[in-house]
Amino acid sequence: MASIWFWLVAALLTMYVVLDGFDLGAGAIYPFVGKSDGERRAVLKSIGPVWDANEVWLLTAGGSLVLAFPKLYASSFSGFYLPLMAVLWLLILRAVALEFRNHLNDVVWRPFWDVVFWGASLVLTIFLGAALGNVVRGVPLDTNGYFFSPLWTNFTTQGERIGILDWFTVTVGVTSMLALVHHGALWVALKTTGPVNERAKKAAAWTWPFLLAAVALVTVLTFHIQSHVPRRLAAQPLGYVFPLLALGGLAVSLWMRRRGRELYAFLGSVTFLAGMLLSVSFGLYPMVLPATNGAAASLTVSNAMGPEHGMRVAFFWWIPGMVLVTAYTAFIYQNMRGKVDVEGEGY
Amino acid sequence: MDQALFYHRFHFAFTASYHYLFPQLTMGLGLLIVLLQWTGLRTGDARYDRAALFWGRVFGLSFVMGVVTGIPMEFQFGTNWARFSEATGGVIGQTLAMEGVFAFFLESSFLALFLFGRKKLGPKAHFGAAVAVWVGSWISGYFIVATNAFMQHPVGYTMDAQGHMALSSLPALLTNPWLVWQYIHTMSGAVITGSFTVAAVGAYYLLRDDSLGEIDPGSRSDYGRLFLRVGVPVGLIASVIMAFPTGDRQAAHVAEYQPPTFAAMEGLFETGEPAGLVLIGQPDMGRLHLDNPLEVPAALSFLTYHRWSARVQGLTSFPEEDWPDNVPLLYYAYHIMVGLGTIFIAVLALSAFMLWRRRLSRAKPALWLIMLLAPFPFIANTMGWMTAELGRQPWNVWGVLRTAEGTSNTVSAGNALFSLLGFMGMYLVLGILFLFLAQREIAHGPVPDVSHGVGHEEV
Ligand code: HDD
Ligand code: HEM
Ligand code: HEM
Repeated sequence: MASIWFWLVAALLTMYVVLDGFDLGAGAIYPFVGKSDGERRAVLKSIGPVWDANEVWLLTAGGSLVLAFPKLYASSFSGFYLPLMAVLWLLILRAVALEFRNHLNDVVWRPFWDVVFWGASLVLTIFLGAALGNVVRGVPLDTNGYFFSPLWTNFTTQGERIGILDWFTVTVGVTSMLALVHHGALWVALKTTGPVNERAKKAAAWTWPFLLAAVALVTVLTFHIQSHVPRRLAAQPLGYVFPLLALGGLAVSLWMRRRGRELYAFLGSVTFLAGMLLSVSFGLYPMVLPATNGAAASLTVSNAMGPEHGMRVAFFWWIPGMVLVTAYTAFIYQNMRGKVDVEGEGY
Repeated sequence: MDQALFYHRFHFAFTASYHYLFPQLTMGLGLLIVLLQWTGLRTGDARYDRAALFWGRVFGLSFVMGVVTGIPMEFQFGTNWARFSEATGGVIGQTLAMEGVFAFFLESSFLALFLFGRKKLGPKAHFGAAVAVWVGSWISGYFIVATNAFMQHPVGYTMDAQGHMALSSLPALLTNPWLVWQYIHTMSGAVITGSFTVAAVGAYYLLRDDSLGEIDPGSRSDYGRLFLRVGVPVGLIASVIMAFPTGDRQAAHVAEYQPPTFAAMEGLFETGEPAGLVLIGQPDMGRLHLDNPLEVPAALSFLTYHRWSARVQGLTSFPEEDWPDNVPLLYYAYHIMVGLGTIFIAVLALSAFMLWRRRLSRAKPALWLIMLLAPFPFIANTMGWMTAELGRQPWNVWGVLRTAEGTSNTVSAGNALFSLLGFMGMYLVLGILFLFLAQREIAHGPVPDVSHGVGHEEV
């Protein structure tokens, strides 16, 4: 049961990154691809109807985490207290900027929210990656399975003073920024026409080589920092399908973009992100929060799991519920397919 | 109280109280928008449609605020209440995850269709989107109230030796006897907020345009009259439900399952046989009695047990460690809620009578009263939650887990204060922005404005 829930939560988080990833990425390049007010509105319109639903994947992942791994939820949320508060403030600012901007047509109001929206989106793309980096690297867990991470550290990844930001987690953060900028640019290209479309494609073209280099670097670093990952891949070589999937997706996104197939280029990026996250999940399993102070202290699927009966019961409503959600999410995207029309209703 | 405990509690109390200001408005308006659109569809009267779209815009603003202040709520169970989450996650994880799966997705997916899909969808499908948003918000309310009901009156669980709770019956958790009345009571409270807001804006339009004589069809005053016609009756029905049966039943549950809370709420220090109902008075915790009490003899016995001579236990008959830790605040919160509830019923009944006699839209004093009462449903709802949550003390989960044992051990008082101050500053700014933008919508009103050029929705 606990393993099934591990993969369900991993799937929710993957969906979150794939979906909210494109609107975060679009925010991170927003003032550069949209120069005039009309162009900026086109970018906002491409994400306006869906950003909230995209964020709900994160909330549902959180709720499902409480249900299946209450210990992990309690330990990681209290341990990463300060960065999570920062994430909350950024999420608030970003959402408010996005929703309030177009309420007033004013030369002081709109540029202000533009900067807020861009800044919050950009920093979030880095933070999400750094968060992942922290989970991969691990934290010093006490005997009760708790910890508290300081924000600023001496940037090393070993010893007592391990914190949120070190050279490894910052590298993962930058990689994540590149990945989401690339992802968001392909989304904007898909949804827009004219100069915005061209600038977005250019942004994607520019980021691609850096992204490839960053992914290679992060992979090497991960093998070095978290020895569990190479061991697990050696024991179960089937796991190589996930990184291969990611590489394939990255290649497809380049190839299709060059051929002007915007939708397939975006789907290539979706595959890339999904492949990356599933690789990490696979590489860590059965650990859910590794300990840096000896593997024995790590939180794993079995010592962090919640009561069995509840997980089994939840299965019966979770699956039909998520099928329903997927169905109407598909309906919404179907309804808004095609290029955005700046003159029409909304945003 | 230990500092960290104090800040964690203040943190949750502040963010929850602030958050709830917005969902109560969206849940109430959600219902009213559906009613307006339904009337529009049935009668073919375009004014109802315009009114629905207008309130949809206000709804949209309030919804954003609900979302951005709601996300921190979901996080805080882990960040500030880690030991509580670890102990109860096996149970409340069910309702928290269900809220995401069954409610948040529904609301957030259909909201954009509702707000911007009018032309594309056509009136029928657009009505469907409005219903989806409304139902989503009420399902959300159900699951979160179910979570709270479990904390007030835990059911359907087992506990192991380490104090970890596990779900034993999902149906029991979802049909918690505490939950049934609590849910109807909270939803009615939201409807009061929604309908008072609608009626108050209607009253404002009538007062502002001073058209106490003739009203042109389609003018702003005409919409004002329409808002009153919808807001007043719906508000009256909800206010009556608030007091009876739901408020009465909730009080009965508190008396049965949380007797020290009941005594503190009522300001009853000494056991009474019969016990009087206190209307006004100030608790003195030093001498454990009520100053300047104004009492209806034996009324409390009757209201609680339906017998004039029934015995009601006073606070002093319980061990002090089981008393709620802020008795005066609890007592005031409860009395403000009930007092306001009584005032709402009186004002709305009078207004409904005048509406029926077709006199309300010309009665200036009544219009002023309705307009000025608009903030009070928000206050009443907040006081209701203060009653519930202060009354639950000193327990996190009643009778099972003490509040002091639920906090995050690793998060110090200083860290909690840091984020609390951050939220306070941020929420102050957000509140000002919200009021500013809502005021603009209301000042603009539902009437099409040609001078705007493109028409308001497109801007
Ligand atoms: C407009 C808002 C409003 C109004 C007018 C009232 N209430 Fe209320 N009340 C609420 C809004 C509310 C609430 C916010 O919805 C609460 C908080 C928790 C809950 O279940 O509902 C609540 C809780 C609540 C509780 C439970 C406290 C606990 O759980 O410990 C009782 C006993 C009452 N109410 C009783 C009443 C009575 C007798 C009223 C008479 C008119 C009344 N309420 C009016
Ligand atoms: C229905 C969902 C809710 C849940 C599950 C919930 C849960 C909690 C939790 C976990 C705490 C901290 C632990 C404690 O003090 O025992 C708390 C405290 C508090 N909550 Fe709620 N809450 C809910 C709704 C609300 C709302 C809507 C309000 C305000 C309008 C509110 C007001 C408070 C207050 C005032 C406290 C502080 C009590 C104190 O510590 O003295 N709650 N609640
Ligand atoms: C009586 C108490 C509460 C009720 C009735 C309630 C209801 C709602 C509703 C209807 C929404 C939708 C947004 C809106 O309409 O404004 C919402 C948003 C939200 N609430 Fe609450 N809430 C309560 C307290 C809490 C608490 C204690 C939590 C913490 C777990 C919470 C978490 C959230 C979250 C995460 C959102 C954002 C959802 C989204 O993105 O759509 N709420 N709440």
